[in-house]
Amino acid sequence: MSDDDGIVLTEEQKRRRRARSIAIALSLGVLVLLFYAVTLVKGPAVLVRPL
Amino acid sequence: MSLASEGADLSKPLDLAQPSLAGVEDYVALLKPRVMSLVVFTALVGLLVAPGHIHPVIGFAALLCIAIGAGASGALNMWYDADIDAVMTRTARRPIPAGRVQPGEALAFGVMLACFSVAVFGLLVNWLAAALLAFTIVFYVVVYTMWLKRSTPQNIVIGGAAGAFPPMIGWAAVTGDITLAPVLMFLIIFFWTPPHFWALGLLKSDDYARAKVPMLPVVAGPDATRRQILIYSLILAPVGLAPAVAGFAGLIYGAVALACGAVFVRLAWRVYRDRAGAAAATAAKRLFAFSLLYVFVLFAALLADNLLARLGFAP
Repeated sequence: MSDDDGIVLTEEQKRRRRARSIAIALSLGVLVLLFYAVTLVKGPAVLVRPL
Repeated sequence: MSLASEGADLSKPLDLAQPSLAGVEDYVALLKPRVMSLVVFTALVGLLVAPGHIHPVIGFAALLCIAIGAGASGALNMWYDADIDAVMTRTARRPIPAGRVQPGEALAFGVMLACFSVAVFGLLVNWLAAALLAFTIVFYVVVYTMWLKRSTPQNIVIGGAAGAFPPMIGWAAVTGDITLAPVLMFLIIFFWTPPHFWALGLLKSDDYARAKVPMLPVVAGPDATRRQILIYSLILAPVGLAPAVAGFAGLIYGAVALACGAVFVRLAWRVYRDRAGAAAATAAKRLFAFSLLYVFVLFAALLADNLLARLGFAP
C-alpha cells in the first residue's frame, strides 16, 4: 500500500458510515416535509412575523 | 485497568484523520432518549392544556424542536461529563467513554442541534417559546453541567429547573405568554427532581464518590439526604395539588394528585425510617421507581382532566 491510498475503511466502518448517511438523509427529508407542511399551514408569510 | 483506559482517551483532541466508529444508535444514545421521553411528554401536556388553538402541524413542529433541544442538551452534557461518565458504572458504556464517539463529534452534534432547534422553533412557532428553549439548554449545559454539578451538593436542586421548563415551553408555544398555570407545572417538576435524584444518589453514592461528584449523599451523608428527601416530598405533595386548588385543574386531577402525593410522602418516610441493610436499599429503590411513575401519572391526569372539561364531562 502506498501513502497515496489514504485511510482505508474496514467493512464495519463502511457499514456504519452508510448507516449514518442514511440517517442524515432521512432527517433532511423529514425536515423538508415539515417545512413544506408548515408553509401550507401558515401560508407564504411564514417568515414574516413580529420579533 | 480503568474503564476510561479501555475506551477513548478523553484528553486527546478530535482526530479528524481517524474514521468515525460511531453508529446511528450511538448518536441516538447521545440524545438521552429516556430523558427526552419525559421532556416531550410534559411539554405535550403543557401544549395541550394551554388555552387557545394550535394547528397540529405547528404543534408537532413545536414538540419536535423541544425534543431536539432536549437531545442537544443531553449530547452536550455527555461531551462535558465524559470524564465523570467513564468512572461511573451506570454511565461507563455511554458512547464517548466507550470510545465509539469522539468528544469533538458529540460537541459539534450538540451545538448544531441546539442552534437548529431554537432557530426553527422561533421561525415556525414563536420566539418566546424559542427563547425559553434556548434558556433551558444553556441552563442545563452551562449552569448545571459545567458549574453546579461539580461544585455543590445543591446541584440537582437548582439544575432541576432545566427539566422543569418543558411544560412551560409547550404552553408558551400555544399562548405566546406565561401565566400561573405553567408556573405551577414548572414547580411540580422542580420539587419532584431532588427526591427523585437523591433516591438514586443513595443507591449509587459509591459511583458518585468515585467520580468526585458532590452529590448530597456523598457530601452530607445518607441520613442528611434522607431528611432532605422527606422535606422535599412534603413540599411536593401540596405543590402537586396546587393546580386543582388554583382552579386550573378539576376534581379528577385533584384526587389523583392527592393519592399520588400521599404515596410519595409514605415512600419518602420509609426512606427516612429504614436506614440500614436491605430495607434501606429497597426503600430508596421503591421511591425512585414511584417517582418516575408520579410525574407521568400527574401530568396524564392533568391532561385527562383538561380534555374532559373541554368536552363538557367535568365532574
